[in-house]
Amino acid sequence: MTGAQIQLIEGLNALTAGLILLTAFGMVATRQVQGVMRFFVLQSLFLAASAFLIGFGRSSIHLLALGAITIAAKAIGIPWVLKRTLPGDLYERREINQVINIPSSLLLALLLAIAAEFLVSPLLATTQDPVVHVNLPIGLAGILIGAYSLIARREALPQMVGILAMENGAFFAGIAIASDLPLIAELAIAIDVILIAVVIGVLTRNISQTIGTTEAASMSELREEPQPWD
Amino acid sequence: MGLIVAVFLPLLAALLCWIKPLRRIAWGTTVICLSISFAMAVMTAAQVLRSGRAVAIPGWFEADGLSALVILLVSFVCTLAAIFAGGYMLQESHQKERLWWFYCNYNLLAFALIVVPAFASPNLVWVGVELITLFAILLVGFESTPRALEAAWKYAILTLMGAPISLLGFFVLYWAYRGSGGGTVETWQGLYAMSSTMPPNLLKFSFLLVFVGFGTKVGLAPMHIWLPDAHSQAPTPICAVLSGIKTTVPLYAILRLLSVILASPEARIGNWMVVFGLFSVGIAAFLLLQVRDYKRMFAFSTVEHMGIILVAAGFATHAGAYGAVSQMLNHSITKSLCFYTAGMVLLSVGTRQISEVRGLFRVSPFTGGALLLCSLAIAGAPPFPIFLSEFSILSAGLRSGHNVAVAILAVLIVVAFVAILRQVNGMLFGEPESTMPVKRVPLSCRTAVLLAAIPVVVLGVYIPGPLHSLLELAAQQLGGH
Repeated sequence: MTGAQIQLIEGLNALTAGLILLTAFGMVATRQVQGVMRFFVLQSLFLAASAFLIGFGRSSIHLLALGAITIAAKAIGIPWVLKRTLPGDLYERREINQVINIPSSLLLALLLAIAAEFLVSPLLATTQDPVVHVNLPIGLAGILIGAYSLIARREALPQMVGILAMENGAFFAGIAIASDLPLIAELAIAIDVILIAVVIGVLTRNISQTIGTTEAASMSELREEPQPWD
Repeated sequence: MGLIVAVFLPLLAALLCWIKPLRRIAWGTTVICLSISFAMAVMTAAQVLRSGRAVAIPGWFEADGLSALVILLVSFVCTLAAIFAGGYMLQESHQKERLWWFYCNYNLLAFALIVVPAFASPNLVWVGVELITLFAILLVGFESTPRALEAAWKYAILTLMGAPISLLGFFVLYWAYRGSGGGTVETWQGLYAMSSTMPPNLLKFSFLLVFVGFGTKVGLAPMHIWLPDAHSQAPTPICAVLSGIKTTVPLYAILRLLSVILASPEARIGNWMVVFGLFSVGIAAFLLLQVRDYKRMFAFSTVEHMGIILVAAGFATHAGAYGAVSQMLNHSITKSLCFYTAGMVLLSVGTRQISEVRGLFRVSPFTGGALLLCSLAIAGAPPFPIFLSEFSILSAGLRSGHNVAVAILAVLIVVAFVAILRQVNGMLFGEPESTMPVKRVPLSCRTAVLLAAIPVVVLGVYIPGPLHSLLELAAQQLGGH
């Protein structure tokens, strides 16, 4: 491969990294449940694109397979599973009250992205690989922003998408730093991700049937009350 | 060979419970398969004692002293909890026609719990720990009551949040391993051998991520808030498995990684583990004082013991490691007994509130006696095994110069001791209220309690030679000097 080709691949990879960060912001900024889901599918597609690019650049069959698994599992499998297990009206819900309003949320997400860059800087000193320099901080930022949206969201489905988005972040860093991970481990991890979606989907359905709402904030019966000394 | 059977028999049992004509005998299938699995775990432990390791498939399923010990504990607790479940679920469950589904899930959980210590590769350990979480979520929400579902949801969100964080940690670990010349097959053994050449920065970062991610599953403070809810709302046999073993297995993974880091001369994190451990013990000790529900009380005591194990491992000496593994053993056997007893109390009086149970000794001497025994044992009174291991942890800390930590730990242990016995005192003695209904406890529950009480009573006064050497071997793997 010529130097120009390698540079092209690295440039395209940096572009997908930027798009992944943008979709993470998009998930924080969207009120509609359906919209959050769409951003997640988009993010998974960008993750697969990055896996294809790096796999092509390093001529690694593993990463090409991982990209295919990502598309099959996250862009097709998970939305399909959720459509089947969840009642349709869950998707049309809008979240009116979030813990923190959306502009402040976006600001916090931006701060988290900067913090991620700062956190991994000592690790980046150990390598010269430009792909790692792009993917590791963005991947960590994806994890942190996903965790934030998990805490800030009140609806069950967006909370779950938050977990899956965190998973995307971990994989985005993983394809750069652990690109020759044995395929069996990657496959197991991908199956695990689908199982997470199935289990949470079933749980959400049970909750909406039994309790009648999927607003996680309304579930607060269990807590510790101080007991007076007798 | 024994290792493979021990690991995969529960998976076969899950399949058998799922097949339609066999659904009626799901409980029998579960108990038989898990008992055989326990026997195989004993054989594996014997093989490890003879030759140092048991290798079933190289690079995939291997057991050394530490993993043999954890496999032994898991299969022991899972078998007894299955026996206990027989009578308990028949009497207490609202979903009697779906009991086969309960046992199917239960076997899958047992499989995931046994497979984690048997895996030789850290990445597969991550997969196993996530499987444990998933099956546990389904079992916590099994009763489908609003409270059970609320507990399952909190549990799912908090513990699954840990999954991607620890996944990145394992990716970074693999990166460090490959970057310093490791082969494509990453095993715990290979990691030990390479620990001094891997970049300490990467190791520390990876450990931090795994610690936070798996810490949510262990229930270390401040990631413990799901634990009392899940452990009080789940069906009681599941509580015994969750509290006794499910918290121990991710902790096993953390300790494995910790021992790799401690072997690296530049990464000094032992003292941080002592601090985090003490924080958990402290939070738990003070929550124990104000708890109102006796199942939540035993759940908080789990947070306390996980903290104690972490402190012991953080001392980074051989004596500390020995204390940690024996505390792991003693906590598992004692805590599962506690939950069987709590289940019997729930069956006989039908309430979870501590204040509504009075004079249990007079109403039901068997249940009352069991509650007294297990509370003394879990609080750490002599001559029970937890007293011995806590004592050895404290003395290991003094010998390695952690005087302040030992003083704080001793105070917190005493606080927890007083808290537990004060709560149980009211339940056991005093005048029984005439409104308190008393039902008979099923035979299978009594059997499970009697069987579970044997090691709790025996190990306090006598540790058999082979078990002692297994603990020594496990402590060696955990490292320290």
